[in-house]
Amino acid sequence: MSLSYVREEMVPPQPAPVRTTGVIAWARQNLFATPFDAVMTVIGVAFLIWAIPPIYNFIFPTFLGGDAVPPGGTVEDCRAAGAGACWAYISARMSFFIYGFYPPAEYWRPNLVFLLGALLIVPLLWPRAPFKRINALLFFVVYPIICYYLLNGGVFGLRRVPTEQWGGLLVTLIISLVGIICSMPIGILLALGRQSKLPIIKTLCVMFIELWRAVPLITILFMASIMLPLFMPQGTTVDKLLRALVGVTLFSSAYLAEVIRGGLQALPRGQYEAASSLGLSYWKSMGLIILPQALKHVIPGIVNSFIALFKDTSLVSIVGIFDLLNTVQAASSDINWSSPTQAVTGYLFAAFVFWIFCFAMSRYSIWMERRLDTGHKR
Amino acid sequence: MSEISETTVDREIDTSQMKISSTEVAIDIVGMHKWFGDFHVLRDINLRVMKGERIVIAGPSGSGKSTLIRCINRLEEHQQGDVVVNGVELTNDLKRIDEVRREVGMVFQHFNLFPHLTILQNLTLAPIWVRGIPKAEAEEAAMHYLERVKIPEQAAKYPGQLSGGQQQRVAIARSLCMQPRIMLFDEPTSALDPEMVKEVLEVMISLAEDGMTMLCVTHEMGFARQVANRVIFMDQGQIIEQNDPENFFSNPHHERTKLFLSQILH
Repeated sequence: MSLSYVREEMVPPQPAPVRTTGVIAWARQNLFATPFDAVMTVIGVAFLIWAIPPIYNFIFPTFLGGDAVPPGGTVEDCRAAGAGACWAYISARMSFFIYGFYPPAEYWRPNLVFLLGALLIVPLLWPRAPFKRINALLFFVVYPIICYYLLNGGVFGLRRVPTEQWGGLLVTLIISLVGIICSMPIGILLALGRQSKLPIIKTLCVMFIELWRAVPLITILFMASIMLPLFMPQGTTVDKLLRALVGVTLFSSAYLAEVIRGGLQALPRGQYEAASSLGLSYWKSMGLIILPQALKHVIPGIVNSFIALFKDTSLVSIVGIFDLLNTVQAASSDINWSSPTQAVTGYLFAAFVFWIFCFAMSRYSIWMERRLDTGHKR
Repeated sequence: MSEISETTVDREIDTSQMKISSTEVAIDIVGMHKWFGDFHVLRDINLRVMKGERIVIAGPSGSGKSTLIRCINRLEEHQQGDVVVNGVELTNDLKRIDEVRREVGMVFQHFNLFPHLTILQNLTLAPIWVRGIPKAEAEEAAMHYLERVKIPEQAAKYPGQLSGGQQQRVAIARSLCMQPRIMLFDEPTSALDPEMVKEVLEVMISLAEDGMTMLCVTHEMGFARQVANRVIFMDQGQIIEQNDPENFFSNPHHERTKLFLSQILH
C-alpha cells in the first residue's frame, strides 16, 4: 500500500443539509432537544398561558381588551370592581410627576430645558452628526449655565423658583445627568491616579475610592443633608439639591474609577511601551492610546454604573427631595383618586419610566460597542 | 531558548551607503548596571555605537539582550553607570527622556500597533502630536513609508485585519515616520511565521542599506552575517564577546560563544 496521496480536485462549498437550518430544526434544537427539554418547554408555555392574560388585562385599557381605565376616565371607573390599572389617575397627575411643585405658570421653563437638552444630546450621541466640538461645548458648558438660570430664575425678570420646589422627573434627570457627566472625568482621574508611580497621589486616590465605596449612598446623603450643616459656620447654607448632587457624583465616581482601572489593567504593557517609545508624553499617551482602548473595553461596566446611578437617584427622597419616585409616592395618598389600584398604578408608571431610560442607555451602549469594534480580538 | 533561524535574503547587499562614522558617537554606554529587584540583570555593560553601525545582539534567552536595548530608550531604568544617546545623557529628567525617544525608533517582538487606530493613523499619530507636523504633511510622509515597506494599499485598514508580517512592517514604518537617527529592534521576527520572516528582514536590510544606525536583538544569524558590522554575544547579563560577523562565526574565542554557535551552526 502506498502512503502517497495527491488531491486532484478541490471540493467546492455546498449548502448545509436541510435538517440543520429552518424553523423546525430550530425548534428541535432549542425546544425539544431531549425529553427533559420537551417537558420544560411544555411547562414554560403553560405558565405563560396562565400568567399573561391577567397581567395583560390589568395593564391594557378597555379598548385594547383589558380592564385598565384609560386616560380621561373618572375616579368612579377606577373604583369599580374588577377595574385594572388607573391610567386616568396618572394622566391627571402627570404634571406633578414631571415638575413636582414647580409653579404651573412657569412650566415653560423646565419644558425649554427639556427641549434644549434633547436638541443638544441627540446629535452628540449620534456619531455621524457634524460640529461635534461646538456641540460638546454647548452641551457640557453653556447648557448647564442656561439650565441653572432658567430653572432657578432671579435674573432677566424671571421669577425665582427655589430648588425645594423642583421635583419629579425634572429632578431625577438633573441628578442623573449631572452625576453621569461629572463622575466620568473624576472617575478617570481617580483610576489614573491609583496607577500612578507617585506615592502621594496614589495613596490619596486609593483612600478616596475605598472611603466612598465602603459607605452606603443613603449614609452619604444623610451626612450631606443633616450632618454637614452642623459642621458649617452659622449662617452659611449650601443648597440641599446641590449637596445631594455632589454626594451622588462622588459616590459614583469611586465606582467608575474601579471599573476604568480594570480596563487600564487589561491593556497589554506593549501599548504603554509603544506609546512611550514614540516620545508621547504621559497625558498624550493616556489620552490618545490608553484611555480610548481601556474605556472601550469597559463600556459594559461603565454603563452598568450609569444605570445603577440613574436608579439610585430615587434614594434622594429620604432627604426630602421630590424626585420622580417620591412624587409618585406622595401622589398615592391623593384622596381625589383613591382607589384599590392607585398605588400599584403609580409604581407601575415609575418603574416603566425608569425602565425606558435604563433600557435606552443599555441599547445605546451595545450599539456603540459594536461601532467601536475594530476587530482586533480574533 | 527561542528558535535560531538562518533565513537569508537572496540578493546582493548594496553597501554603497553603509558608512560607519569614525567620529560621531550614536550611543555611549559606560559601566552600566541594572537590577530587577535583587536580580542583577545587566552587569558592567560598556558599549560605544558609532553612527551608521549595524549591531546584532545575540545570546541565550534571559541573558539581558532585550533589557539592554530597552535601557537605550529608557523603557527600563538603569541604576548605575552612564547611558548617553545622541549626546543626551539619560537621567530621571522626563524632558531628556522624551528628547531621546523622539530620535530613537523601536520595533517590538509583538508589533504593539495601536488596534483602535487605522494603519495611517498609527503612522501619523506621533508626527502630529509629538513633532507638531500638520496632518496633511504627516499623511503624505506616512504614505511614503508605507510604500517603502510595500503595503500602501493597507492604509485604511485596522491592525487586526493584517497578517503578522504586515503588522511588523507597519510597526517599522511607524518608527520611521518620526525620522529617527537610531533604530532598535527587539526580536522583530520571533513572533512571525517562517514565511513572513523574510518580508520583515527585507525591510530591515533596506534600512541598513540606507545607512541607518541599528541595534537588533535577533536570532536571525543569516541577517547578522549579511548586514551586521558587529555581533555582540551576551550571557548572564554581560557582554561576553564581540567581533565582526565573519570572525564571530568562524573563530569564536569564549567557551560560551563556541557552545552557543555549535548548537546553531551545522
